[in-house]
Amino acid sequence: MNAPAKIQETKAEQSLNAQFDAILAQTTQNNANQRKQAWDAFKAKGIPHRRVEEWHYTDLRTKMNDAFALASKTAPKAEALTGATGLETYRIAIVNGRYVPELSSNQAVAGLTVTEADGFLAAQLGTDDAMAHLNQALVQGGVTIKIDANATIERPIEIVRYTDGTEVSSYAGTSVDIGSGAKALIIESFEGDANAAYQSNALTEVKVGNNANIHWLKLQVESEKAQHIETYSVELGAQTNFQHFIYNEGSSLSRAQLFLEFKGEGTHAGLRGTSLLKDSQHADITLFVNHAVPECESREYYRAVVDDKARAVFQGKIIVEPDAQKTDGQMMIKSLLLSDTAEINAKPELEIFADDVQCAHGSTTGDIDEELLFYLMARGIPEAQARKILILAFLSEAIEEFEEERSVKLLEAMIRKWLHADDVVSE
Amino acid sequence: MAAVQETIDQVKAIDVDQYKYGFVTDIESELAPKGLNEDIVAFISAKKEEPEWMLNWRLEAYRRWKTMEEPTWARVEYPKIDFEDLHYYAAPKNTEGPKSLDEVDPELLETYKKLGIPLAEQEILAGVAPENRVAVDAVFDSVSVATTFKEELAKAGVIFCPISEAVREHPELVQKYLGSVVPVSDNFYATLNSAVFSDGSFVYVPPGVRCPMELSTYFRINEKNTGQFERTLIIADKGSYVSYLEGCTAPQRDENQLHAAVVELVALEDAEIKYSTVQNWYPGDSEGKGGIYNFVTKRGDCREKNSKISWTQVETGSAITWKYPSCILRGDNSQGEFYSIAISNGHQQIDSGTKMIHLGKNTASRIISKGISAGVSQNTYRGQVSAHRKASNARNFTQCDSLLIGDKCGAHTVPYIESKNSTAVFEHEATTSKISDDQMFYCQARGLDEEEAVALIVNGFVRDVIQQLPMEFAVEAQKLISISLEGSVG
Repeated sequence: MNAPAKIQETKAEQSLNAQFDAILAQTTQNNANQRKQAWDAFKAKGIPHRRVEEWHYTDLRTKMNDAFALASKTAPKAEALTGATGLETYRIAIVNGRYVPELSSNQAVAGLTVTEADGFLAAQLGTDDAMAHLNQALVQGGVTIKIDANATIERPIEIVRYTDGTEVSSYAGTSVDIGSGAKALIIESFEGDANAAYQSNALTEVKVGNNANIHWLKLQVESEKAQHIETYSVELGAQTNFQHFIYNEGSSLSRAQLFLEFKGEGTHAGLRGTSLLKDSQHADITLFVNHAVPECESREYYRAVVDDKARAVFQGKIIVEPDAQKTDGQMMIKSLLLSDTAEINAKPELEIFADDVQCAHGSTTGDIDEELLFYLMARGIPEAQARKILILAFLSEAIEEFEEERSVKLLEAMIRKWLHADDVVSE
Repeated sequence: MAAVQETIDQVKAIDVDQYKYGFVTDIESELAPKGLNEDIVAFISAKKEEPEWMLNWRLEAYRRWKTMEEPTWARVEYPKIDFEDLHYYAAPKNTEGPKSLDEVDPELLETYKKLGIPLAEQEILAGVAPENRVAVDAVFDSVSVATTFKEELAKAGVIFCPISEAVREHPELVQKYLGSVVPVSDNFYATLNSAVFSDGSFVYVPPGVRCPMELSTYFRINEKNTGQFERTLIIADKGSYVSYLEGCTAPQRDENQLHAAVVELVALEDAEIKYSTVQNWYPGDSEGKGGIYNFVTKRGDCREKNSKISWTQVETGSAITWKYPSCILRGDNSQGEFYSIAISNGHQQIDSGTKMIHLGKNTASRIISKGISAGVSQNTYRGQVSAHRKASNARNFTQCDSLLIGDKCGAHTVPYIESKNSTAVFEHEATTSKISDDQMFYCQARGLDEEEAVALIVNGFVRDVIQQLPMEFAVEAQKLISISLEGSVG
């Protein structure tokens, strides 16, 4: 009994074995080593389960019944891709893990270089995560995006990630290199065939130089049967402003894990997001924010609205290393439970090794405030509408803090649509 | 910044070597041979003259324990404990049931005098109003040697005795409640305790009785190389109230000493239990050598409606603290509270917190945790608040604040918040900071010197918790805080 029992391989793990063998056979010698390394690292851990602390609330071992076959190269119609509705963008289309130039914008934008890549990423900051390793073991392709120093990209850069087909899986590796002094808005969307069951696993590496100003909006609107995992590895230079927003609406199971490290002093990172969940959706946002250098500021503000039997998970860890004096880190998690069967799990963690810091975290969980509801209803607003107004207000607070006008409008429209709140007058 | 540097120097200068209660009392002990097996378990049971059911209970626990592994999830580091290299039983000799204080070994009483336990002040205490009396069930190593105020408690119907006596005298109560809050197989240390527990306190407060005095136990680990395994069981029957005080000191040692206690509280309908702890065991020397390993399982069960359990702790000692006094809020309208001050200095490591498990309707809990780390210590708050599907209108408020003194220490917060009920309202807030220059300036501008200013600010920082302590303890707690942070607290 003292020896750990040998854990049986799940059906999903067995499928993955076969997939790895097949993809390895087609891989060139150079990349084969990288694949093997990542595969060994994945095999050492296996599919994460609830006894793995970082995955405690998202037991992938039980939730991932099977690993679908690797998606093949397809050419969906341009109309299938939604992306950032209503915005003039520079589009980068990634279908089934591969860059598709035909569906992407082709006119040159000064300061922006987009090249197809094999999806293997050089560095994986702070990530010794099984699913990130799995991505690199099975990665099908990807893209390298480079923004030159001091370039201001007016148009939003839109990365549309589309999984085409049902019972397939896609693995993409994306590298984004942002030069010092650059300014840009990046809108990343994850989508697929409506009602299709598929798995998408993305690994995204973002390196930002000094004095940059970057807004990054992630729209997770996968099909409602999809399983979605994205791992971010973010490194920030000095005096930079990095704003990140996760909008979670799709997928039966989603997990966004963000590993962020401050590499230069005087940088501000705003990490925000909203999860809108119903039915039996499960959405997990997990952060590791490492203050490795002094005088950086981080804000982690997330909100979830959870209905039916859905479950929202938030785990955030702010680490302040011994040298990171004058760190300012604030984390706030607010959740609204709309039904008696909905569930919320929050774990806002602080790990502090420096003394001259201001760190705080907070968390609130509850239903819509009865008094606010009463206030609105006393003014003649029907209950259903009043509830929508309050939910909208709850989410809007988080959105507005993103401070990027185009994104705020886009998000507000998406939230209204989700809420069926057309009858609610906007300000 | 000068002020802070000075504070660090001062904390360093006083270092934990000056542990005030580090002395060894020479009293012969009866030792069980080193190591643990079924014979040792039987030996302990026989020493206690236990009935067979108790022995079987222990043996079952021992067999379970053998299949378990030491938990490693806490943020504490220590050399692996060799469980075969410990004595599992040590009893002071000459303890043939002293009838009064006169019969107690004078050296023992001397020890208590050094600790400032008012045991020998029975007459003085007897002179004061009954509300202010404190009953002491003193635990010297493993066997309770003196119990005071027994008669008056008996008049009220309160049973307050060593648990070994309760096993013999009140088997029906012990059988019914022992292990009902912390099951035999709960965790590694609790299971070990179940197998080898030496002694501890047993309290039963009958229905409708308000315990006429504060009950108090002083623990003291004395015999060299002896793990001490306390077992405490407190039952508050319908409509009763009891306040229990626990405090402990230990003599200075080079080798680490293991302490794995289990405390079980059961509150029935309308009952209230208040459990206060001041823990100042030897924290190890300035190199981090020695010191007590304190692996404690404390849990209260608000078993019936309108019951209330309140934990208050002041943790200043031990090399390693691993302790999570918890409340299971099973009864409707039940309440749980946790107030904690955890101070770590030198090489101390604290991983402590609480669990509030909301199962019943309209249950409420409150967590106030104040962590202060200095030296090169690590101080972790780890807490769980959860609402079951049926826990309608559950309410929790959690506040955990950490104060860092010096730049070599760490303060960590690991809360788990789990809600399965939409009407449950959970609020959690945590802050980490140091004493700000502004605060120091403000105080100093009003004529306080640095020491006084730090003292004032730290006292303000922990005030919410100190206020929760019974009067008798509040004074000692404040004294302890100043010993623990001497130099910075003044």
